[in-house]
Amino acid sequence: MTAFIRTPPATLPVTPAAPLLRVENLKCAFDVSRPFLNRVLERQPRRFLKAVDGVSFEIARGETFALVGESGCGKSTVARLIVGLYESTDGRIVFDGQDVGQIRSGAQMQALRRRFQMIFQDPYASLNPRWRVDRIIAEPIRVFRLIDDSTAIQARVAALLTLVGLSPADGHKFPHEFSGGQRQRICIARALANNPEFLVCDEPTSALDVSVQAQILNLMKDLQDELGLTYLFISHDLAVVRHMANRIGVMYLGRIVEIAASRSLFEDPRHPYTRMLLATIPDISMTGTREETVRGEVPNPITPPPGCTFHPRCPLANERCKREAPALAEVSPGQFAACHAIGEGRAHGGAIQR
Amino acid sequence: MNGKPIVSASSGIKTPSLFARIADNDLFYSFIRSPLTVAAAVVTLVIFAAALCAPLISPQNPFDPATLNLMEGFTPPMAPNAFTGNVFWLGTDAQGRDIFSAILYGSRVSLLVGFAAVGFAAVLGITLGLVSGYVGGWVDSLIMRIADVQLSFPAILIALLIFGVFKGIVPPSVQDKVAIYVLIAAIGLSDWVQYARTVRSSTLAEKNKEYVQAARVIGVPAPVILLRHILPNVMGPVLVIATIGLALAIILESTLSFLGVGVPPTQPSLGTLIRVGQDFLFSGEWWIVLFPGLTLLALALAVNLLGDWLRDALNPKLR
Repeated sequence: MTAFIRTPPATLPVTPAAPLLRVENLKCAFDVSRPFLNRVLERQPRRFLKAVDGVSFEIARGETFALVGESGCGKSTVARLIVGLYESTDGRIVFDGQDVGQIRSGAQMQALRRRFQMIFQDPYASLNPRWRVDRIIAEPIRVFRLIDDSTAIQARVAALLTLVGLSPADGHKFPHEFSGGQRQRICIARALANNPEFLVCDEPTSALDVSVQAQILNLMKDLQDELGLTYLFISHDLAVVRHMANRIGVMYLGRIVEIAASRSLFEDPRHPYTRMLLATIPDISMTGTREETVRGEVPNPITPPPGCTFHPRCPLANERCKREAPALAEVSPGQFAACHAIGEGRAHGGAIQR
Repeated sequence: MNGKPIVSASSGIKTPSLFARIADNDLFYSFIRSPLTVAAAVVTLVIFAAALCAPLISPQNPFDPATLNLMEGFTPPMAPNAFTGNVFWLGTDAQGRDIFSAILYGSRVSLLVGFAAVGFAAVLGITLGLVSGYVGGWVDSLIMRIADVQLSFPAILIALLIFGVFKGIVPPSVQDKVAIYVLIAAIGLSDWVQYARTVRSSTLAEKNKEYVQAARVIGVPAPVILLRHILPNVMGPVLVIATIGLALAIILESTLSFLGVGVPPTQPSLGTLIRVGQDFLFSGEWWIVLFPGLTLLALALAVNLLGDWLRDALNPKLR
C-alpha cells in the first residue's frame, strides 16, 4: 500500500527539473512623474522608475534561491511582484506550471495564494499591534477556511508556535511583549499557517541582532528540511546568503547580472560587480592586506546609464559597454553572467584569492 | 526542531485581574495624577447623570403647561415667591417655569444632539478617510478637495445653509418633528472633515506597514483589511478629536438654537434657554440667562479639558 502511494501517478508529467517557480522577463516600472498640472505647466515628460527591468530565473522545488544586491537594486520589488503586492508591467510569473497573470477568477487566485507565503523584513511592523498573537497566526487559516472548528484552530496555532520554538501560552500575548527575534518567529509561524510550499523571505534577518539572525536562519533551514519548503531569499548580506542559498542571483539596477550555484559564485565569481561585492566581505585571514572597497555609487534608476548599467563603476568597461547592454550568457556550466568583458576574454577568470 | 520552547517569553505568570490592570494602566495613572482632569471628569459625569435622570430629579416638568403657574413668573433664585411662597433654587422665567428643571431638560437635548452629531460626523469622516487613504488616486483627490472646499467655510455657515435648505424643502407642519434630526445632520456634516483628514493621514502611514501587506498576500479583501487591521490602529487620534468635537458640537448646537434655527421651542436646549433669557437681561431678570449659560460653559469646558488631557496622554512624545 505504502509503495503504491509513493509511486508517482503516471499521468503527471514528471520532469526532474520542473521548476516550482519560473519568472520570465519580469518588468516593473513605477510612475514617478510630477502631478499632471505640474507636468503641463513645467513641460516635463512622464517619468518612470524601472525598479525591475527584465528579470528571469527559475526556482526548483525544495531549493533556496537567493537574490542579492545593494539597496535599491529591485530585489524586494521582485519579491513583492511574485506574491502579488505589485502589478508587473511586463513578463510572466509561472507558479507550478500556472501563469499567475492569466488567472481571472478570484477562487483560482485564492487557491494559488494558499500555496505561497511571505516573511517580511521588519518584525516590528509586520505584526498588527492591536491583535493577539494567536489571532495573527490564525488569520491565514481563517482566510483560506482550512479549519472551521475554533478549538481545532487553537490547537493548530499552538502547534505552530511550538514548531517555531515558542510556547503555546504565548498566543494570548500582544506582539509588543516579544523581542525582535521572537516576533520574527511569530511571523514564520503565520507564514506556515496555511501549509505553503513556497516562501518569499524579504530580508528576514536584516532587522535583527547578529546572534539572533543565526537562530532565525537555522530555524528556517530546519523548517525547510522538515516541511520540504522552497525559499526565495532576498538579502543584501552575503554571509547570510552563503549560509542559506543553493543558488544565487546577483542583481544590479533592476537586472540580474550573474546567476550561479552558491558554491561557484563564492569560489569563482565572474561578473565584475559580483567580484566587487565579494571583495567587500571582511575576512579574518586577510589581515594586513589592502581591501578593495566598493567604488562609486548606484546610479539613479530613473535615468540609468546607457549600455551596461554597471559601466560607470566597472574597472573593465570599454566603449562597447557604454553602448550595448549585455545579455546573460552561460560562462561555465550552470553559471550565467551578463558582461561583455567575459565574452571578449577581457576579464581574467579564475578564483579570487580569498 | 525538538518541539520544546527555547526562547519562549515567561509563560508561568498569571494574568492580573481586570481591576489590577486598570490600576496599573498608564492612562489611568496620568488621569489620577492630574487634579484638573479629575475635576473635569467629575463635572462632566455630574452633568451627564443629571441630564440622564432629569425626569427623576427635576422638581417639575418644565414643558408640561399644567405644572406651570403664571403667578410664579420671574421669581428670583432662592427667594420665596410673593404669591405662593414656593422657593426655586435658580429662580423661574416669565411663565413661572423652574430654571433648574429647564436646565436639566435642556442639557438632555444639548447632549443628545452633541453625541449624535459627533457620532454621525465620526462615522462619515472615518469612512471617507479610510477609503481616501487606502484607495488613493483620484478617489483620494476628490474626497480631499471636497474637504478642502468645505473647510474654507465656517462650520456655522454650513450648518445654517443646511438648515435653510431644510426649511425651504420640508413642509412647516412636520418641521418641528424632524428639526432635531436635521440639526444633528447639519452639525455632523459641518464637522466630518477633520475626522476624514486625520484618519486619511494615519491610513496612509498604516497601509504601507508590513502587517497590512501580510494580509494582502493571503488575499484578505480591502474592506476587511480596512475594518479589522487599519481601523483599530487609527482610532487613537479619532478619540481625541471626538472628545473635543463633542464640546464644539454642543456649542454649535447652542449657537444655532440661540440664532433660532435649532431645536423647536417645545424641546428647548441650553441654547434656546439662553436666547429666551437674554430678552430679560436688561430688565433685571439676570438668572434666566445666567444659569443656562453657566451650565453650558461648565459642560463645554469640562469636556474640552478631558479632550486636552486625552490628547496629551495618548501622545507618546509628551509622556
